Amino acid sequence: MSKITAMTVSELSRALQSGELSSAEATRAYLDRIETKDGEIGAYLTVTAEQAMKQAEAIDARRIAGEALPPLAGVPAGIKDNICTKGTLTTCASKMLGNFVPPYSATVMEKLADTVMLGKCNMDEFAMGSTTENSYYKTTRNPRGLDRVPGGSSGGSAAAVAANEAAFALGSDTGGSIRQPAAFCGVVGMKPTYGMVSRYGLVAFASSLDQIGPLTRDVRDNALVLSAIAGHDRRDSTSVDREYGDFSAELGQGVQGMKVALPHEYFTEGLSPEIKDAILAAAKRFEAMGAQIVETSMPTISAALPAYYILSSAEASSNLARFDGVKYGYRAEHYGSVDELYKNSRSEGFGPEVKRRIMLGSFALSSGYYDAYYKKALQVRTLIVRDFERIFSTCDFILSPVAPTVAYKIGEKSHSPLEMYMGDVYTVPINIAGVPSLSLPCGCDRDGMPIGMQLIGKAFSEPRLYRAAYAFEQDARKGGERV
Amino acid sequence: MNTSAYEMVIGLEVHVELKTRTKIFCECSTAFGAEPNTQCCPVCMGMPGTLPVLNKQVVRYAVKAGLATHCSIARYSKQDRKNYFYPDLPKAYQISQYDLPLCSGGWLDIEGENGPKRIGITRIHIEEDAGKLVHKEGGGTLCDYNRCGVPLIEIVSEPDIRSAAEAAAYLRKLRAIMLYVGVSDCKMQEGSLRCDVNLSVRKKGSQTLGTRTEMKNLNSFQFIQKAIEYEFQRQVEAVEAGEEIVQETRRFDQATGKTFSMRKKEDANDYRYFPDPDLVPIVLSQEVLAAIGEEIPELPDARKQEYVERYGLTAGDAEALVNERAVADYFEAAAASTKAPKLLANLITSEVFRLLAPEQTDIPIAPEHLATLADLLADERLGSAAGKKLVSLMWHQDADPVGLAEEHQLWQISDEEALRPAALRAVEENARAAADYKKGKSSAIQTLIGQVMRATGGRANPVVTRALLEKLLEE
Repeated sequence: MSKITAMTVSELSRALQSGELSSAEATRAYLDRIETKDGEIGAYLTVTAEQAMKQAEAIDARRIAGEALPPLAGVPAGIKDNICTKGTLTTCASKMLGNFVPPYSATVMEKLADTVMLGKCNMDEFAMGSTTENSYYKTTRNPRGLDRVPGGSSGGSAAAVAANEAAFALGSDTGGSIRQPAAFCGVVGMKPTYGMVSRYGLVAFASSLDQIGPLTRDVRDNALVLSAIAGHDRRDSTSVDREYGDFSAELGQGVQGMKVALPHEYFTEGLSPEIKDAILAAAKRFEAMGAQIVETSMPTISAALPAYYILSSAEASSNLARFDGVKYGYRAEHYGSVDELYKNSRSEGFGPEVKRRIMLGSFALSSGYYDAYYKKALQVRTLIVRDFERIFSTCDFILSPVAPTVAYKIGEKSHSPLEMYMGDVYTVPINIAGVPSLSLPCGCDRDGMPIGMQLIGKAFSEPRLYRAAYAFEQDARKGGERV
Repeated sequence: MNTSAYEMVIGLEVHVELKTRTKIFCECSTAFGAEPNTQCCPVCMGMPGTLPVLNKQVVRYAVKAGLATHCSIARYSKQDRKNYFYPDLPKAYQISQYDLPLCSGGWLDIEGENGPKRIGITRIHIEEDAGKLVHKEGGGTLCDYNRCGVPLIEIVSEPDIRSAAEAAAYLRKLRAIMLYVGVSDCKMQEGSLRCDVNLSVRKKGSQTLGTRTEMKNLNSFQFIQKAIEYEFQRQVEAVEAGEEIVQETRRFDQATGKTFSMRKKEDANDYRYFPDPDLVPIVLSQEVLAAIGEEIPELPDARKQEYVERYGLTAGDAEALVNERAVADYFEAAAASTKAPKLLANLITSEVFRLLAPEQTDIPIAPEHLATLADLLADERLGSAAGKKLVSLMWHQDADPVGLAEEHQLWQISDEEALRPAALRAVEENARAAADYKKGKSSAIQTLIGQVMRATGGRANPVVTRALLEKLLEE
């Protein structure tokens, strides 16, 4: 048996089911790993060691008693800190929620009730950022290069998986926040179709774009975790009432006959040549496996980034208004009136990036500017949706880079918000259109930093994306490549 | 000062609490009067990560209200966020409807001062109520979130109202319709019906609208009328003095009957409305609309029409009866056993309404007793004074009016012989009035009739008495 913390979810699940390993042993191994490794990585904001051991022992007892348990039962996981966990601090990496212990759990946590929560993962404050440097609490380092950022906003979740500090992790993706850290840390991350995974209990950043998804070591694990968390939730009006089968069902069926779209707008000047080469090499690999490459165009893509920053900031300005120091969370020490209570609590409780987005969004919604910004962004949204539909009417998925660069140095871009925003150019159109996209490793640059690619499909085409990604992963492994 | 050269232009915004069992976006109870903060949950408290799910009954009720007021119902509408900070608003936005309300373009008819009048209804939309702030004596404010998320409809009228009386008539009619369709309790004291008044003034004959002020949350018909009268006077005085009316929100002070500036327009919030991304559009099929339409009962106007045609009531009396469903039901029950429905209607609109406490609708007199009383009045076995007295007696201890009239000796005296002694005495003791009458001043006989009435404790039949006196005086 390989080292426990290096096992994939499917290996671990098998070992737990066969009795080869207990959940308590697995959990203990992970907690030890966190103990020795996380000082260096900083993936976790809160480690719930005691609770995790209790949970693991309870699962073991149920298994011994002969209860039929789901595949993920007893598997230790890390949870992004914007997902509400009953009785456990949920801070969104913000000073604003430094003392917030929710009296309820997110629906995904109820669905994962039989897994073991190791703790809550670091992130950019309220999921706003691309490096996890916007956390109020700590810096997370990229396990593949400790002087590099892990990406963001789900940087803690990606780092935990990459550093073997969790068998899998949950993140959230509003404009790339699962896929980009997955690419930076060399793991697999899925942004599911909007409405597939309940948002109930996910502290909202931009409600029309947010989606929870898994970060895992390989494609099969990802499909397993998504199967566990997907499904209709009557507590979320935007949740789609639909039955999903096992997302891993099509794995191994290959890509023979699939059509892979390569829109040339995804390969323009801002893209690092090494990443471009890696993506084109991946296209070749798909071709070699029997897929057909279709060069195409997505003209609306250039409008996606500005539309995204207007829509997401507008929604955020409203979603984050509830943090006013009145009922929970941070309250300023000094104030002379209700207005001052609001002003001081929010001035002191939010970090600069969050304030920037609140101001941007409030402006975009204000009277006299609504039509020029918010309304126009909604129109762009419609165009982007149509552009994707057009491509998916003939192609199975789009192959594209996840980010224009590999993980950069900590502090390198933190003083240039605009440059940071530009890094989201490949990921935001997906959220705007609500379609799924799977980010997975496709090589490394000359410094050994991982390069990610994303497979973008039409709504609810997750099984197909997993199937293609799995074929790629198997083929690359066969060649002995480390991807 | 002469206000008669001016007219007031009024539009009303009425908030009606819908009587759903649970709140608009969660499953908390809407019951009134519970201990503070015992009827809330993470959703209506706006806790992070929670999401609203629309209560379908709210839509059904709002559609009912719209159909009952002749509105067009939107087959597609949406919900929007109205963003502002206030401690009674936990999410810092209210979920309301902005540019696509559920209902629009309706109307209702009132009995105005100069006959029937139609008041336009601009729109009806659904929204959530906010919590309640309790200001402690000696400083400090407490928040009670029980009311957060209680469903409301806001009914916005056209600026068609021209007097305090018309405003009251509109509200009474609106309230009646909401009660008939059963979407709200409409209890002003409990805040389940609240009214904001938009008022401007202009010279009579002018077609342009003046600058309006808004008076918020007036919680009784009396205060609404007082506030309107005061604000009309104030604006006319200001215009006459050459001042400009400023668009603002004003507060009505119940103690002084005056209005005070609360907030100028330039201080008003920019609510930054936008579609709530947590909710999906409200799409209503023709079938659903038709099904809701079938649930609409007979409305006050139909009943009113029936009372006018079938019982010969005046439009005013009929309107007064139908405005309270329970009263109309009572009237119909009583009318079934009387030959004098007009007298019955008079008894209700004058005597019974005088005795009813505000918001009381249960009449503690058996309908058949009031019907009997109307018959006794019609047969002239009782006079009007006795009628009044009997209503009051039955109100406090309900019984058959025949027995009560007997017991209290209230029967009308119509026997000429029985009245003759009193009539003779009246003529004797009022020589001057008798002389005046003989000289041709026919009104002088009133004094003599009054005298006979007093002598018989109000029981004398006035018609018989007059005839008898005339006969005596001509002798």
